[in-house]
Amino acid sequence: MHYYNEEDLGRFGEIAKYKPELFEKFMAWYQACQEEGALSKREKALIGLAVAVTVQCPYCIDAFTNSALENGSNMEQMTEAMHLASAIRGGASLVHGIQSHNAHDKVSM
Amino acid sequence: MTTALPVINNSPTARSPVSFDEKLAQNNLALEAAVIDTLQVNVGKLCNQACKHCHVDASPKRTEIMPLEVVEECLDVLRMHKIPTLDITGGAPELNPNFRYFVTEARKTGAKVIVRHNLTVMFEAGQEDLPEFFAENELEVVSSLPYFLQAQTDAQRGTGVFDKSIKALQKLNAAGYGRGENLILNLVYNPVGAFLPPAQDAIEKDFKRELKTRYDVEFNNLFTITNMPIARYLEWLRRSGNEHAYMQKLVNAFNPATLEGLMCRNLISVDWRGNLSDCDFNQMLDLTVEPRAPQTIADFDPAKLSKRRIVTGAHCFGCTAGAGSSCGGVVAG
Repeated sequence: MHYYNEEDLGRFGEIAKYKPELFEKFMAWYQACQEEGALSKREKALIGLAVAVTVQCPYCIDAFTNSALENGSNMEQMTEAMHLASAIRGGASLVHGIQSHNAHDKVSM
Repeated sequence: MTTALPVINNSPTARSPVSFDEKLAQNNLALEAAVIDTLQVNVGKLCNQACKHCHVDASPKRTEIMPLEVVEECLDVLRMHKIPTLDITGGAPELNPNFRYFVTEARKTGAKVIVRHNLTVMFEAGQEDLPEFFAENELEVVSSLPYFLQAQTDAQRGTGVFDKSIKALQKLNAAGYGRGENLILNLVYNPVGAFLPPAQDAIEKDFKRELKTRYDVEFNNLFTITNMPIARYLEWLRRSGNEHAYMQKLVNAFNPATLEGLMCRNLISVDWRGNLSDCDFNQMLDLTVEPRAPQTIADFDPAKLSKRRIVTGAHCFGCTAGAGSSCGGVVAG
């Protein structure tokens, strides 16, 4: 038994069932964000993959891995993007160590 | 370099959630041939490579080779009907002993001749002068290079193929190919896996930059081609558990705007025995042109072949996905 099913990605549209107008707005926004603009579609797909890994969404990781490949990226480039996002996430934890330093310094002689 | 892969006979077609004809009907479309401007001749299935995605199931073990009599029939058609383009494919077409005769005679008719050249065949015995032969006859060369990196290329085409392909491209450049508009060298990208190709213009820029920087290789255009779910590639889709998702992806990406530019509308495909099909993919599935049309090159009649109904199957979704796919790359901008 597991909570994540691969097939559920294809059922994403069912979210519209109880609030179609909001889902419609979400989809328009979501799709517009991925269009070619000041950034290329490939750059956006790599950002999407990095964020997907960071938020640990299995559906998004599946979708953006395919999107990155279909925009011409290779695993070396995709891995660099994933490392950067992960390093930021690690750094975000580590920089909170300063809070610990502050707390320590406040109560220490 | 060659990888022993099983030869697949009577390849089944892919399982699709909807038939291609149903999809056309849903969109009020019909697929009918127009004027034939290209004679695409598959001169045999013998190849020095055995690529994992090959729709021909070509390999060094194949023995099907177009005999001289059929080559002559193709030449008769070129002479009589002044078809503008001859597109020679295989296998590795250069391994047909009649290849050079076919090319030189075809050029005398004034036809543009395209050869689908796998690059590595020029390192086989007796083929070393292919770049010069191509140049002397002003052939247009179209060569597969699925990616500008070794790992992806070798994964699809066999260990060692990438390095040989780069050396071959450098030889073609040295012979004058790809450095101007006189001797055209076009490359073909196709996905190394179960996904769709990227935008052709975007990946062409990447290929040009990377091949020039890394290997001082130049070429004219990059064609993106979608992998067709037949034969050896279909077997791979099934083994890897990707058939359903890949077919769904192709069907979801169906683009009605591709219909007008599909290559089957302006091309007739000839197999090594002289049988006629609407495309090389149909040929591999033993799907000849519709029964009312002439069935062999010996009976070629452009009037009877124009307006014929194109024979379709689930694999046709490969040519209509996204920006479309053909032997000349995308078909809808």
